[in-house]
Amino acid sequence: MIVATTVMAGLGLLAGLGLSLAARFFAVEVDPRQEKILDVLPGANCGGCGYAGCNDFAAAVARGDAAPDGCPVGGAETAAAVAEIMGLVIEEKERQVALVLCQGTRENAPTKFQYNGMASCASAALLAGGDKLCRYGCLGLADCQDACAFQAIEITAGGIARVIPERCTACGKCVEACPKDLIKLVPESAPIHVLCSSRDKGPVARKACKVACIGCKKCEKFVGDDSMKVEDWLARVDYDNPPRDPAVAGECPTHAIVELHMDAKQPVH
Amino acid sequence: MKFKGGIHPQYNKGTAAAPVEEMPLGGRYVVPLAQHLGAPGKPIVAKGDVVGRGQPLSEPGGFVSVAVHAPTSGKVKAIKELPHPLGLDMTAVEIEPDGEDAWWEGVQPKGDWRGMDPADIRDALREAGLVGMGGATFPTHVKLSPPKDKPIDTFILNGAECEPYLTSDHRVMLEQPREVMEGVGLFMKVLGVKKAHVGVEANKADALEALKAACPPDLDVDFALLEVKYPQGSEKQLIYALTGRTVPAGGLPMDVGCLVQNVGTAVAAYEAVAKGWPLIQRVTTVTGAAISQPKNLRLRVGTPLGDVIAFCGGLTEDVAKVVYGGPMMGIAQFSLDVPIIKGTSGVLCLPDAEVVQYVADACIRCGACVDACPMGLLPSTLGVLCERDRWEDLEDYNVLDCIECGSCAFCCPAYRPLVQLIKRGKAELRRIQKKRQQGAA
Repeated sequence: MIVATTVMAGLGLLAGLGLSLAARFFAVEVDPRQEKILDVLPGANCGGCGYAGCNDFAAAVARGDAAPDGCPVGGAETAAAVAEIMGLVIEEKERQVALVLCQGTRENAPTKFQYNGMASCASAALLAGGDKLCRYGCLGLADCQDACAFQAIEITAGGIARVIPERCTACGKCVEACPKDLIKLVPESAPIHVLCSSRDKGPVARKACKVACIGCKKCEKFVGDDSMKVEDWLARVDYDNPPRDPAVAGECPTHAIVELHMDAKQPVH
Repeated sequence: MKFKGGIHPQYNKGTAAAPVEEMPLGGRYVVPLAQHLGAPGKPIVAKGDVVGRGQPLSEPGGFVSVAVHAPTSGKVKAIKELPHPLGLDMTAVEIEPDGEDAWWEGVQPKGDWRGMDPADIRDALREAGLVGMGGATFPTHVKLSPPKDKPIDTFILNGAECEPYLTSDHRVMLEQPREVMEGVGLFMKVLGVKKAHVGVEANKADALEALKAACPPDLDVDFALLEVKYPQGSEKQLIYALTGRTVPAGGLPMDVGCLVQNVGTAVAAYEAVAKGWPLIQRVTTVTGAAISQPKNLRLRVGTPLGDVIAFCGGLTEDVAKVVYGGPMMGIAQFSLDVPIIKGTSGVLCLPDAEVVQYVADACIRCGACVDACPMGLLPSTLGVLCERDRWEDLEDYNVLDCIECGSCAFCCPAYRPLVQLIKRGKAELRRIQKKRQQGAA
């Protein structure tokens, strides 16, 4: 009995010693800041930052590889908290949202053939640019919707993609997913947008879609500054200095220019 | 020998007995500058120029490129982007015929291939804008210029025509066997090979007999009747069936000392040298239940599809698909405003009742596609990897060896669009490999 107890106690002490030594010599060096950062992150492990989960992002920030405001889900609050831990200063950036620059619904934009294949925009785009007559238009097969981790983009009843601004975290996954490069990240406060991406000449664009930009330059003339410019038959908003007067939308003969308030709680179109 | 895999679709070779008809001269021709694999040509004529039949309209855009020529005499009406069978608008020369159909004075016989230097024959083929007429349209002069470390010892004439519906090669073999065999001799001369094989599927035994009878006595040619199986006419499968040699993964026929050419290319090559004719015409099978009068037509390159269809009595009301090529590998067209190009072996018009509108399902792992794949790949796995965007993993499964023949999609009980998935996978993998190469450079 005594022998058994002594042996067990001895083994226990040995194991304990082994563990303490291991804890000392095989310890993984973790930057204490990484753990603090992990604590203030949302913990969704969504990958919106481009890293493999919150811990990976925290490690990257502690290493100096990632900027403190890299978490799009956490927003400004999280960015400030992370920056404080790192002892850095970040500048206030305006919230961005994704925007689909196309209004080519089934009603507005006819198709040139009946597509019967994989339900993916990237696959459909390999077939003569997709089934839309407009070779730039949204194919509505939801590659963007599939890529979004926040249910912030959907395919409307009209068959094109539309962002739900209040859910959007501007992580950029939909921008990457779109094979037609139709989605842009824009400042949420910009009120005027050209919801068309067609670089076809005016008559060709108009034939392909009722609400296409025909490059007529009425908007450019109306604003009179560089906030809107027509290049390659397409009007483009300069989002660093966007037009603020909503009346320009009324100038557009095809209604390609739209007024949107994405910082409001209601999606407008 | 029999190659592994393959499928047996219904052949529908209803036009096999129809002699080739010459399509009469039309009112408009549209000649795209890109009708071949490789760089498109650059125009050398301008709007308003008067051109003769066979006059070059473009110059090659590099080594792997060929010129295009005027299909008839007339005036250059425009040079602009016009609808192309590949689905996008591409630069083409629009010709307004003058009705004379007069040859350009530069079209002169080059000589008798038997007495010519191989390099001169190759130049003549390049000048004539020769490309592979089985459908791939690879520039012939490039194919006939293998690198020195890949010696060719066997020439193979491809008379398989394994695609259902198509009968243009069959008719060419029956009606122009002498020109075909002279073309074979010409290719043998250019390559310096002593031995040739002619492979024809068993459903065209009459064509094989015609070629045998027309074979010049100075050529050493083996004639073989091949198993009727799709894709017998695919280069790698044909080489195996005729010689037992296997082209290595990622390799080309030259890696096993072989070179394959289509019967139409053989005729065009012979005519390019003996008569100086550039490639401005070909035989095309217009067929399918949705065309009123199926025919085998000799057409000028650049003939608008609408004209061809009108000459064949027009489409039926229930037409659902118009395909350039055959049902397995052809490209469906959405506009009749496209021209016939050098590689258009067939125009297949299918009615609604014969076109299946499917909804794809998940892979049921039945293995039918694995049995069918003539390249020994795993189309089921490739399809699933592509669906999940796992492009890099495709490399481990040799996706780049896929010849896109469609045997897998043909037999898939879950209606999976395997070729579409694999095509996308190949494109994404190539992009990744290119980036990798550029990163390493």
